[in-house]
Amino acid sequence: MDLNLNDEHSMGTTIIGVTYDGGVVLGADSRTSTGMYVANRASDKITQLTDNVYVCRSGSAADSQIVSDYVRYFLHQHTIQLGQPATVKVAANLVRLMAYNNKNMLQTGLIVGGWDKYEGGKIYGIPLGGTIVEQPFAIGGSGSSYLYGFFDQAWKEGMTKDEAEQLVVKAVSLAIARDGASGGVVRTVIINADGVTRNFHPGDSLQLWHEELEPQNSLLDILNTASPEPMNF
Amino acid sequence: MSSIGTGYDLSVTTFSPDGRVFQIEYAAKAVDNSGTAIGIKCKDGVVLGVEKLITSKMMLPGSNRRIHSAHRHSGMAVAGLAADGRQIVARTKSEATNYESTYGEAIPVKELADRVASYVHLCTLYWWLRPFGCGVILGGYDRDGPQLYMVEPSGISYRYFGAAIGKGKQAAKTEIEKLKLSEMTCREGVMEVAKIIYKVHDEAKDKAFELEMSWVCDESKRQHEKVPEELLEEAKAAARLALEEMDAD
Repeated sequence: MDLNLNDEHSMGTTIIGVTYDGGVVLGADSRTSTGMYVANRASDKITQLTDNVYVCRSGSAADSQIVSDYVRYFLHQHTIQLGQPATVKVAANLVRLMAYNNKNMLQTGLIVGGWDKYEGGKIYGIPLGGTIVEQPFAIGGSGSSYLYGFFDQAWKEGMTKDEAEQLVVKAVSLAIARDGASGGVVRTVIINADGVTRNFHPGDSLQLWHEELEPQNSLLDILNTASPEPMNF
Repeated sequence: MSSIGTGYDLSVTTFSPDGRVFQIEYAAKAVDNSGTAIGIKCKDGVVLGVEKLITSKMMLPGSNRRIHSAHRHSGMAVAGLAADGRQIVARTKSEATNYESTYGEAIPVKELADRVASYVHLCTLYWWLRPFGCGVILGGYDRDGPQLYMVEPSGISYRYFGAAIGKGKQAAKTEIEKLKLSEMTCREGVMEVAKIIYKVHDEAKDKAFELEMSWVCDESKRQHEKVPEELLEEAKAAARLALEEMDAD
């Protein structure tokens, strides 16, 4: 099993976007892998496009970053021209145009989510080919395969903000448990009329699922604290 | 405030000593010589009306339209040189479609007005182009409600409650100012616009005219369209009646 550390950075990933009554909750894991090696175990896959619109990135790290950068630039100009914040729909459309027109060169799946005063909270899924689909919730990335059935059962219309965030954290956590390319921490971003809230859920705060083992603390921790069974060298 | 700008009026790229560009002012005169066009913003939409002067008895009624749809949600009434107006309308339609292709939603009316104004202004910046000899009243209904804009040959564009251009604009503006637009529905607005156009039409100087009206309002499902046939006839009849009553006084 060869570890090529010069492989392209990919974000195996689990990304999720969910609408609730009053806004949206975006969630993602934090693993960036280079082949088998975890290049970044605490990456931030939820990127800002404007004050009120964020995007979850999956697939090639480079591709998704460059698309985000271009769209942020265009949206900024658009906002200046219009004199008011861009709508989520416009942001999603710009992302879609980039993804579609460069489909031969790009490999990235994106979920655009945000809040604007006309439509409220909206989620748009933009998978590989550059389709744009407005959805009440969207999932993406390699870890999402394990979540289709889960969402079929657990999703409901008109959730509260807390219910929505709990759902997202639970879902990402389930995907992390099964998908080798997803891991690390769960980051969430909540966007509504009041603004944007970023939350961080460390790996060890997530509940354990079927057959998952308790995390093994570092031996260094044990050395420095009194324990009932001191190590015998 | 008209004066002869001898020597400083040959090119649109020449300022006069008192800071005026005479070519642009002359372009505005072309607008003043055309049939009146007015627009009003009511509480639930916008109504546009045009006094279409008929130059020949052989002209088919309904031809030579002066009001055009720029997009589903907006329309423009043109006054001045007809061919220039056609160019502006074509450009406006193109801007609206391009915006939708890029941004995925209908162009906000404010943005559309900005683009029309920029285009008209563009033609006042180069010596090898002449200014457009027409003014435009743009009315539309978007997410921010009904809006009315007027673009002059100089490229100035403002947002209005009521606007008038062409021969009878002074008289029309006086009449519009008398209206309580914030409380008026478009149905009522249509009747008022017809009355005003009939009133400002100069029977002595001009011959026959045809009234052309359009609206974009809640009743038209926020689409820009010609005012429905029966309502148009009703408005014309009421306008003629009002004129007769006035004459009878």
